[in-house]
Amino acid sequence: MTYLAKPKFHHPSLPKNAIGFTRRDYEASTSTLCAGCGHDSISAAIIEAAFELSIEPHRVAKISGIGCSSKTPDYFLGASHGFNSVHGRMPSVLTGANLANRDLIYLGVSGDGDSASIGFGQFAHALRRGVDMVYIVENNGVYGLTKGQFSATADKGSKSKKGALNSDSAIDLVSMALQLGATFVARSFSGDKAQLVPLIKAAIQHRGAALIDVISPCIAFNNHVGSTKSLDYVRAHNEAVNALDVMIGRAPITVDHAPGKVVTVTLHDGSELRLRKLNDEYDPGDRLAAMNFLQAHAARGQIVTGLLYVDPEADDLHGHFDTVPTPLNQLGERELCPGADTLDAINAGLR
Amino acid sequence: MPLTAVNDFVIRFANVNGSGSASANEMFARAIMRMGIPMSPRNVFPSNIQGLPTWYEIRVTEAGHLGARGGTDIMVAMNPQTFNADVAAIEPDGYLVYDSTRAMPPGRMRTDINVIGIPLTRICNTEYTDPRQRQLFKNIICIGALSALLDMDLAELEKLVGEQYKGKEKLIGPNVHALQLGRAYAAANFKCPLGLRLKRTDKVGDRILLEGNAAAALGAVYGGATVCAWYPITPSSSLAESFTRFCAKYRHAPETGQARYAIIQAEDEIASIGMVIGAAWNGARAFTATSGPGISLMQEFFGFAYFAEIPAVVFDVQRAGPSTGMPTRTQQCDLINCAYASHGDTKHILLLPEDAAEAFEFGASAFDYADRLQTPVFVMLDLDIGMNHRLCRPLQWDKARRYDRGKVLSAEDLDRVKDFGRYTDVDGDAIPFRTYPGTHATRGSFFTRGTSHDARAKYSEVGAVYVEGMQRLLRKQETAKGILPKPLRDDAGKPTRFGVIYYGSTAPAMNEAAGILAGRGHSLDLMRVRAFPFHQDVASFIADHDFVFVVEQNRDAQLRTLIVNELDIDPVRLVPILHYDGTSITARFISGAIADRLDALKVTPLRKAMS
Repeated sequence: MTYLAKPKFHHPSLPKNAIGFTRRDYEASTSTLCAGCGHDSISAAIIEAAFELSIEPHRVAKISGIGCSSKTPDYFLGASHGFNSVHGRMPSVLTGANLANRDLIYLGVSGDGDSASIGFGQFAHALRRGVDMVYIVENNGVYGLTKGQFSATADKGSKSKKGALNSDSAIDLVSMALQLGATFVARSFSGDKAQLVPLIKAAIQHRGAALIDVISPCIAFNNHVGSTKSLDYVRAHNEAVNALDVMIGRAPITVDHAPGKVVTVTLHDGSELRLRKLNDEYDPGDRLAAMNFLQAHAARGQIVTGLLYVDPEADDLHGHFDTVPTPLNQLGERELCPGADTLDAINAGLR
Repeated sequence: MPLTAVNDFVIRFANVNGSGSASANEMFARAIMRMGIPMSPRNVFPSNIQGLPTWYEIRVTEAGHLGARGGTDIMVAMNPQTFNADVAAIEPDGYLVYDSTRAMPPGRMRTDINVIGIPLTRICNTEYTDPRQRQLFKNIICIGALSALLDMDLAELEKLVGEQYKGKEKLIGPNVHALQLGRAYAAANFKCPLGLRLKRTDKVGDRILLEGNAAAALGAVYGGATVCAWYPITPSSSLAESFTRFCAKYRHAPETGQARYAIIQAEDEIASIGMVIGAAWNGARAFTATSGPGISLMQEFFGFAYFAEIPAVVFDVQRAGPSTGMPTRTQQCDLINCAYASHGDTKHILLLPEDAAEAFEFGASAFDYADRLQTPVFVMLDLDIGMNHRLCRPLQWDKARRYDRGKVLSAEDLDRVKDFGRYTDVDGDAIPFRTYPGTHATRGSFFTRGTSHDARAKYSEVGAVYVEGMQRLLRKQETAKGILPKPLRDDAGKPTRFGVIYYGSTAPAMNEAAGILAGRGHSLDLMRVRAFPFHQDVASFIADHDFVFVVEQNRDAQLRTLIVNELDIDPVRLVPILHYDGTSITARFISGAIADRLDALKVTPLRKAMS
């Protein structure tokens, strides 16, 4: 981290997006995380995704729990409202916020302690309700702020910095999300921006509950030999099943890798996800197959990344409730109060 | 000599829960009300679905005493399991009504009561073959018999049957027939009416009969709540369910049928309050309904909302604690847990409604208070108010009333405002301005956090900054005192050294007790406290008296503790009168307890003794 604030001015020729914003307009306070922290790469990816999608920053609400990961909303999208809630409870706060105003983009940021331990229940229920959100777990398998205890996503048999072996089974949030009915499920790696940025963009475009589990090595407490969440280990065991382009009606984004077999998925708002298959057996439209594929590869010690499942026809909580299109926080007495005459009739019925 | 009284007695039905007795009993109570006679029904029920004892008590009271009286004048003993205890509970010279089809359970029958045996099962079995019909109509036949014994107007019962089965007309005839069967049997076999009887009058006036939970839910509808997140817990569930019912009726867009509300049955109470806080942060009026155990679970979020200054409305329908306690019994035992909820130094707003009418009023205005003060507001109901039908004044809504959304800056405001700081005390009332997310493209965003923050919502661990914030939160309580419902004072009319402070569901019993005590020559000034933090009038009231009785329904004198703590009152001057066995507090108990203390306090003042 640095204590030097970034200067506000920038070069006049910085590239602008469709609404005239530069990348700098999506930045925020300087990070206070350790130099080289994977979480900072994720913040940068969020900034890049928001810039590329030409999102108005104030139309985003960023909500988090407690922990290193949950501090990060202070470090991106400074013009957005942020909410650093209590430990493990981001999903409920986000759900409530979403109910109040269906028109904003909800970005939930959490960590593995926050989502897989103390907040495992809320993680599950927000996904199964289909809350329209992007739920990013910055997953490093360790409690950073309290200095290196194992978290519930730490693999069985992995070694802590102090040398202790983890004897508990790991919780795989991606498998859980698939089972719970999340309609967009992805896993990525903080060190692979080319993979992560399109996934975040696609998740924002998706209507419904979108989970991105981002393996984000903790360089202070979980980057040693024997850890299965270290930079080296993740790089060596990363099994990417596809590469993704997100098309939102503007000029196609050029891809810098070799073309493979391309599958196009059209989302509810007309935007297109172009998936270049890296693994021919993998079909991200098949929830059951995705679950099997994940289990089989996990057994071989491989970390499957990419867009693992997407349901382009998904609906969200507001769809289930059939709420009015006007955000609930904009309704007033006229729409909400049945009035004095109705009350007289109610009184008459109670005699 | 059998008890005799007109429109002044207590009748109690002892039943087995799940047997269909509840609707018949309720119909009986309503018929009394329709005869213009004030009455006060109470459910006494177990935490169980089917098979355990349940009682339904109606206090018939032309004088309009709506608190529980205590004692039973007529016991309708339909539950063999509790028969002996029920018989033992009858007042001397009272009446026992029972099903005489089978022999009475073993045990010596009392000789000081009047026994009325009606062969309900036999009448039923002769008339009906279907087992379910036999069960249901038995209750109706019993009501019919009572209508003759107590001189109830049969037409009122028939009318109620018609209303209950509106749309299922073919059920009306058989029910009316069952009523008549019972009525005919009683008329043919007993001298009707009994000494205890009903007589049509006009004392109900324009009052309505309503449960506090339903009233509070309707208050939330009128108050503009759009988000409800809750987790089922007795005795609060019917509040959220009533809100659901009212919303289905009054909250759909007429053109499209779409919902102008969202209700989530959350995974637990922590999620419920998290959703409420998230929604309120984002500008919707949101609430949860819960009871003591839920309040315990929500603690961390209460502290968050207090410190980050986010509105929230919490309906706490109190039940007897601690732990699971007595889930279906009433108490006022969550005051301290709510007033100081969460770790660290906190203080929260409590509203203390006395009945359904106030539950409606406070249920609506709680949202104004929460928005105005940007903090959680607890509406402290209890099982006695929440789950019992109670006569109360008609609900009122001023056509000109507008929601007070508090200090919220619009996009236009933000264009005008030079320097927005989320926690800056601009007006000197300790209430800062807030913005909803998404309001303005470049201005007004801030970062909400439970960590210490400065006036601009930036993280700060500077001691002076923290202290300044905490002091402002204290000053905000001062602002609150001027906004919240004021305590109501009712003086005895002649000078007295003694006062009484009470609140919530104690009100009807306390009012009655004051009358009883006045009749015995004890004058008492009364003050009903309606909110926390306490208005200055509470301190003045105590200052005006040597001793003040604080009547409440918990073991540890929680309101008294709050008064001592917040107003720096010498505890000796606050005499606790405590009723906490889970039953509704009665005027008999209060008047007895206060009379005892008054005798003990009747010491000659030192000045007089010396002169």
